[in-house]
Amino acid sequence: MAEVALHQVTKRFGETTAVSGLSLDIADGEFIVLLGPTGAGKTTTLRLFAGLEQPEEGSVHIAGHEVTCQAPAERDVAFVFQQYSLYPHYTVFENLAFPLRAPGRRGSPEAIRRRVQEIAEMLRIESKLNNRATELSGGEMQRVSIGRALVRQPNLFLMDEPLSSLDAKLREDLRVELKRIQRELGATILYVTHDQLEAMTLADRIGVLAEGRLVQIDDPREVYERPTSVYAAQRLGSPSINLLRPGTLGLENGPGGTETLGVRPEDVVLNGRGVAARVLTLEHLGVESIALLEVAGAGGAPQQVHALLGSQRGVAEGDSVTAAVRPGAVLYFDGEGRRLATGTTGLQERRP
Amino acid sequence: MSVSTKAYSVSESGKRTKWLAGGMVVVYALVSMIPLVWIVLTGFKSPPDSIAYPPKVVFEPTMEGYVNLFTSRSRQTPEYIESLGPPQTWYDALVRERNMVITGPSRFLGRYWNSIVIGFGSTFLAVFLGTLAAYAFSRFRIPLKDDLLFFILSTRMMPPIAVAIPIFLMYRELGLSDTALGIILLYTAVNLSLSVWLLKGFVDEIPREYEEAAVIDGYSRLQAFVKVVLPQMRAGIAATAIFCLIFAWNEYAFALLLTSGQAQTAPPFIPIIIGEGGLDWPAVAAGTTLFLLPVVIFTVLLRDQLLRGITFGAVRK
Repeated sequence: MAEVALHQVTKRFGETTAVSGLSLDIADGEFIVLLGPTGAGKTTTLRLFAGLEQPEEGSVHIAGHEVTCQAPAERDVAFVFQQYSLYPHYTVFENLAFPLRAPGRRGSPEAIRRRVQEIAEMLRIESKLNNRATELSGGEMQRVSIGRALVRQPNLFLMDEPLSSLDAKLREDLRVELKRIQRELGATILYVTHDQLEAMTLADRIGVLAEGRLVQIDDPREVYERPTSVYAAQRLGSPSINLLRPGTLGLENGPGGTETLGVRPEDVVLNGRGVAARVLTLEHLGVESIALLEVAGAGGAPQQVHALLGSQRGVAEGDSVTAAVRPGAVLYFDGEGRRLATGTTGLQERRP
Repeated sequence: MSVSTKAYSVSESGKRTKWLAGGMVVVYALVSMIPLVWIVLTGFKSPPDSIAYPPKVVFEPTMEGYVNLFTSRSRQTPEYIESLGPPQTWYDALVRERNMVITGPSRFLGRYWNSIVIGFGSTFLAVFLGTLAAYAFSRFRIPLKDDLLFFILSTRMMPPIAVAIPIFLMYRELGLSDTALGIILLYTAVNLSLSVWLLKGFVDEIPREYEEAAVIDGYSRLQAFVKVVLPQMRAGIAATAIFCLIFAWNEYAFALLLTSGQAQTAPPFIPIIIGEGGLDWPAVAAGTTLFLLPVVIFTVLLRDQLLRGITFGAVRK
């Protein structure tokens, strides 16, 4: 019953418009990830749902009710902040019990103790329950933060880059954990991140924000393979998509009005038929390598292209190679960065 | 072996530096404590010893100063004293040696009590109002906020005594002259600028996320303030309270001007304790010694908070 939505919401801070005419519908149990650079309005969107900000225009709905004018406490949402949200004067137990002791929700001490214990076990912090919040490591603090959101069953979880302050290993563990917990609880989550790996793996749908507007919202695969714009295409993929002028790499024919070609690095194939290229640098990442190639550009000026080499070996820095693009893997964008439809192209074939 | 000066400057200081610093602290402590020690000693001297020249460091201690501080006495003929029978208490005996009898308690205790009521009362008010105002200035969008803050600070830009005459006239009109309430209000007003500014700094240091998290978790703004903000302001509140108390406790000029009887505090009273043939120095010293105690105790009790508070949140965590 946790249908959650923003309808045509606009929020300004003085001169700047943080969110402009944003509409977003989230189904019950859905995991939505918002992607976008700093200042795109991701955090503001979360704060609008939480009631920490009031929109100038539009309405906010949670669990099918309009809550635009309700105070945060009445909305029954949980918020995981990037940092800072553990109360330093409380122990871990008290921090976890804090939401359960709120007026109007007050359960019996026994029920609170049991619930906190349960969550602590789920997050593997049960041995730290009597520690002060300041005596924890960064990872433990963040797990307590997430735990504090999980102790009650709110209509909506809002998470603002909850894993960004952690080291890589821990981030990976918690990411997997979070997805498992979300499936288990059937929780509705709106999640903000910079990390595209988190976005790809966690999201049921990814929303791409640009300057306070939602430019695309689709399942991760769709956003990756059929971005609606250059902007959305650049949000996913590492290294990011190659943007080329028509004529580069022997690519010519696109739909009318094509100004820019988008080629994912993994779609650049070396040493088959293709144009001459030179390997500038080569980065080994273990399973795969990233090659930076220099090819002749459209006007004859050299252009740099990233290629992701899977198990292809036998390439070294400074080598002269040939490069081509996997047929049908090109995305065509017009002068304003919008993707142009290509009818039935090879894209369809690549989908499983 | 060469040692980088930069690395040295941030490392633990050497043994010799520590001894030198320790020695300087001891010397400084001695210099600043000598007047205090002298006051405490004078309280136990007899009146002739207290004004002896050269000053006496070794003397025969007596409680005369303290007895004189707490009592009023009158001189009587030896025959009259004889007729009273043997003295009932040790202080009776002490007074009779000087051919006097105790006629009743002095006004010192009343003045001391006034100081306690006014000092702690105004400190409580200044810190209480200051905390609320500081929170509001730190968290809410207030029209003309910067101007208001400057205006509050500007009340500190002149010595408070500069407005003594208008306040004197105002208080006379309002019937606040020589009342504890009047003095409490006055000290609160003077301290409020200090407490608002100090406490605002402490509130600014506390990230808003704490309150936002509490509000989302189902608490009202006031509950979030009490449960989350106040506990983290403890150090700041303690430091501010000590500063306010020290001002209110030691204030002399307004107390002299605005109080004479009922509401008089200890500072204007102690220096005018008259004995036979002029000021009763041992009694003045005894009164001063007792007057020092509450602030010392208060500061010692809050010293941990104070230390953290005075670093102004520079080293959080």
